[in-house]
Amino acid sequence: MASPTPVEDAIKQKITAALQPTTLEIYNDSHLHAHHKPMQGVTSTETHFRLVITSEAFQKKMQPARHRLVYSLLKDELAQEGGIHALQLRTMTPEEEAKRRAQEAEAE
Amino acid sequence: MFSRTILSRVGMSTFLATGPKTNPVLQAVRQTAFSSIRPATAPIKPSPFLLSLAAQRRLLSDAVRQAIDKAVGSAPVVLFMKGTPETPQCGFSRASIQVLGLQGVDPEKFAAYNVLEDSELRQGIKEYSDWPTIPQLYVDKEFIGGCDIIVSMHQNGELAKLLEEKKVLAAEAEGQAEGEKKE
Repeated sequence: MASPTPVEDAIKQKITAALQPTTLEIYNDSHLHAHHKPMQGVTSTETHFRLVITSEAFQKKMQPARHRLVYSLLKDELAQEGGIHALQLRTMTPEEEAKRRAQEAEAE
Repeated sequence: MFSRTILSRVGMSTFLATGPKTNPVLQAVRQTAFSSIRPATAPIKPSPFLLSLAAQRRLLSDAVRQAIDKAVGSAPVVLFMKGTPETPQCGFSRASIQVLGLQGVDPEKFAAYNVLEDSELRQGIKEYSDWPTIPQLYVDKEFIGGCDIIVSMHQNGELAKLLEEKKVLAAEAEGQAEGEKKE
């Protein structure tokens, strides 16, 4: 694969296919963690990700179930040696996202 | 009880390394299931038990499952983390401990397990909880979530509600006394 970001590509492709998200933000925070101990000897620049996902698929699911759903989609990337080391998740339904945006607007 | 060897309570020294009463079964579990961290490729002493563990590497062994069951039930609030409450070895574990501290969880009702001390625990807890990352929070033996869930429940008030319902918060005065000990 010629892509410089194979892991990010895989995240985008798998989550888009399975969850049809209305929002999908992928942040690669790996550079912030490159020097901490578990990263010694790891050459990948795609180890720490933060995802914001809004999807109807999360409807009627508690947070742990939503996270498990995402983890299961990215099982291979998480299990791989030198793969994803940390994965932060914010998982919302479209209603929850709208509510959050309204609250944020109010706070400003 | 064997689990005390890997138990660390908020406000107490890192290890409560009391020698457990010698119970052959627990002893075996402790040595094989929760031994100190070691290179995965070089077990210290290959015992028949370890060899059988290796054979079923992918499956959570009964011994490890029982050991984790015991750990999960060892206190009303249990956190599996990297490092200790005093010196977390990972930002997400640190954030989780801070939230539990801010919430005022009673140290007497809290236990933390350092997965970095034991590779069997580190792998086993992921399968046990069906959750690939550390930290992991249990309240009354029920899986609550990882760092992101802990933080968001902290922010939206759900965590305070849960901890109050479960009666695991320190009383005001007690909280101060514990706070002194903690430092």
